[in-house]
Amino acid sequence: MKKEGIPEKEYLFDKPRNVKILFVSFYASLAILLGLEFLVKKHAYFPWEEWPEFYAVYGFVACVVLVLVAKYILRPLMKRREDYYD
Amino acid sequence: MINPVPPAAIFIIGALFVPFLRGRLKNGYLLLIPVLGFINLISIPEGTHWVIRFLDYDLVFGKIDRLSLIFGYIFHIISFIAILYAQHVKDDLQHVAGLIYAGSALGVVFSGDLFSFFIFWEMLTVASIFLIWARRTRAAMGAGFRYLLVHAAGGLFLLAGIVLHVNQTGSIEFGYLGLNGLASYFIFFGFGINCAWPFLHPWLTDAYPEATITGTIFLSAFTTKCAVYALARAFPGTEALIWIGAAMAGFPIFYAVIENDLRRVLAYSLINQVGFMVCGIGIGTNLAINGAVAHAFNDILFKALLFMSMGAVMYRTGKINGTALGGLYKTMPLTCIFCIVGAASISAFPLFSGFVSKSMVMDAAAHGHLKIIWFILLFASAGVFHHAGIKIPFFAFFSHDSGMRPKEAPLHMLIAMGIAAFLCIFIGSFPGPLYSLLPYPVDYVPYTMPHVVGQTQLLFFSALAFTLLMLAGIYPAEQRCVNLDADWFYRKGGRLFYSLMDKGFNGLNKIADRIFVGGLAGFLCRFAKEGAVRLQLLVMVPLWFLIDTDPTNRAVKKENFIHAARLGSFPISHIAVFAVLYLTLLFFIR
Repeated sequence: MKKEGIPEKEYLFDKPRNVKILFVSFYASLAILLGLEFLVKKHAYFPWEEWPEFYAVYGFVACVVLVLVAKYILRPLMKRREDYYD
Repeated sequence: MINPVPPAAIFIIGALFVPFLRGRLKNGYLLLIPVLGFINLISIPEGTHWVIRFLDYDLVFGKIDRLSLIFGYIFHIISFIAILYAQHVKDDLQHVAGLIYAGSALGVVFSGDLFSFFIFWEMLTVASIFLIWARRTRAAMGAGFRYLLVHAAGGLFLLAGIVLHVNQTGSIEFGYLGLNGLASYFIFFGFGINCAWPFLHPWLTDAYPEATITGTIFLSAFTTKCAVYALARAFPGTEALIWIGAAMAGFPIFYAVIENDLRRVLAYSLINQVGFMVCGIGIGTNLAINGAVAHAFNDILFKALLFMSMGAVMYRTGKINGTALGGLYKTMPLTCIFCIVGAASISAFPLFSGFVSKSMVMDAAAHGHLKIIWFILLFASAGVFHHAGIKIPFFAFFSHDSGMRPKEAPLHMLIAMGIAAFLCIFIGSFPGPLYSLLPYPVDYVPYTMPHVVGQTQLLFFSALAFTLLMLAGIYPAEQRCVNLDADWFYRKGGRLFYSLMDKGFNGLNKIADRIFVGGLAGFLCRFAKEGAVRLQLLVMVPLWFLIDTDPTNRAVKKENFIHAARLGSFPISHIAVFAVLYLTLLFFIR
């Protein structure tokens, strides 16, 4: 609902600085998480849970695979026009 | 104090008075029903109540044990939240349908016999369908009819199974069945349809996003959770469920990534979450069943919270597609925060409710050394964060600015979302009260350092994957489109079936018409008219040939004979001769 002449109120993520802070704190927390791993004594059910950074790597790889499969395999196979069933 | 009544009765009878009330009185009355119901429920002692003799069987309307009670509690809580969320709705149909639906769900979980269980199970379908049709769009009508057909089929399977079971065992008690024999397979399959097993699931993703804004909150809570309850009651430890559950947890996330309608994304993630529960029931250990039930409890809350936040967006903007939304955090900050709480809970962030229940199922899988299952569930955990945890809030409230500046959600919606959000965080932070309600004693500690760190790593690096794919432009853009799913088989297949039937049966009809109406009838008519004449000519012509050599005379005789035969005007002597011959014949035959 912009009115002419009156500049719209600036919101939280309209300021590039805030976006930057968000990204920096996100990346920082990733680094902290990777570091924390070595301070924790593990009691794992499976041997691979003992591997360093197993969960981080698995989470990252799983999501990349998920997106790539969905985008390049599932979508081309399954996508139809919006009025396909009409 | 008044004696308690069956929990279902308060909702179902209460619903009947809704149309007679108006305005604030009605709103207050609606909220009072779940409150009264809850007070009623906690005053019922555990055990078997309300046994009614019917024919030669005992109908049990109150099988109150720890398994049914926890479902009873959460059904009351979510009914209150959903009714509060729907305070602005003026359409009585929706209120009545919602209450009867909730009442039927309570009826299902407290039924101690298969007959009343089946009746309530069918009432679930009938009541819920009006929450879909009440949207009154063409798409909702179509989806509602498909929903009805699928559930009617499921109900018939269940009924067939129950009839066989009662026939074999002579008992209608509803308890542990286990997979043994045809009857149990039918019942198992009937549960599976309501539970949205893979390939039986599309009724859910088809219909839920087409339902009304407030109706979807009810829908997300009851049908699938009743099926989870039924499986936990009748088929705990059935190995097939482990694999079915893992498949349910896995495949919907791929669809959710490419789906544009955000409520449909949530519908896919609903299947994904029910997958964890089904898997837990399949594993069947105390820890696993506890995990499945706790996760059902939590899922009802956070899934309703997510559906409520998307409903609020839809209520204010009229839009729900990812392509049309974005930037709404600016003017709907509270809705945005509640949505993020729901997203964090479903993703199982530490301190949010999903964390304390999903991990029980994961640990139960690990205890059972189910490596592949464990990997699939871990994949699903990362995936659910990806599509429900990030995608939903991101595309609705952040992403590109849609330019829309809608008002914040109405107060009653905010309060409803607030209650759900509070419970999500409370349960996540203090799981003790929830654990104390679970069917089996719990000695499970969710908050251990390795667990917290591992889970947080998993989620944060999923987020990193999302961020990098987004920045690199690889993340699939939202598109306006339809994605085919198993419902293709009956939506397109149905049409194929129809045209096959059309061509087949109508073709048969045409052939029959040509042969019988056009051909055979005429033939019979001609035969009746000419047949006798021709038969007689067969005798007469050779006779004439012997006594008359002139072909013209013979032709005239023949002409006259045919004429006489058609008019039926033979000389009487002919008839007399034939009559005498006939009688003689009869005399000798005797």
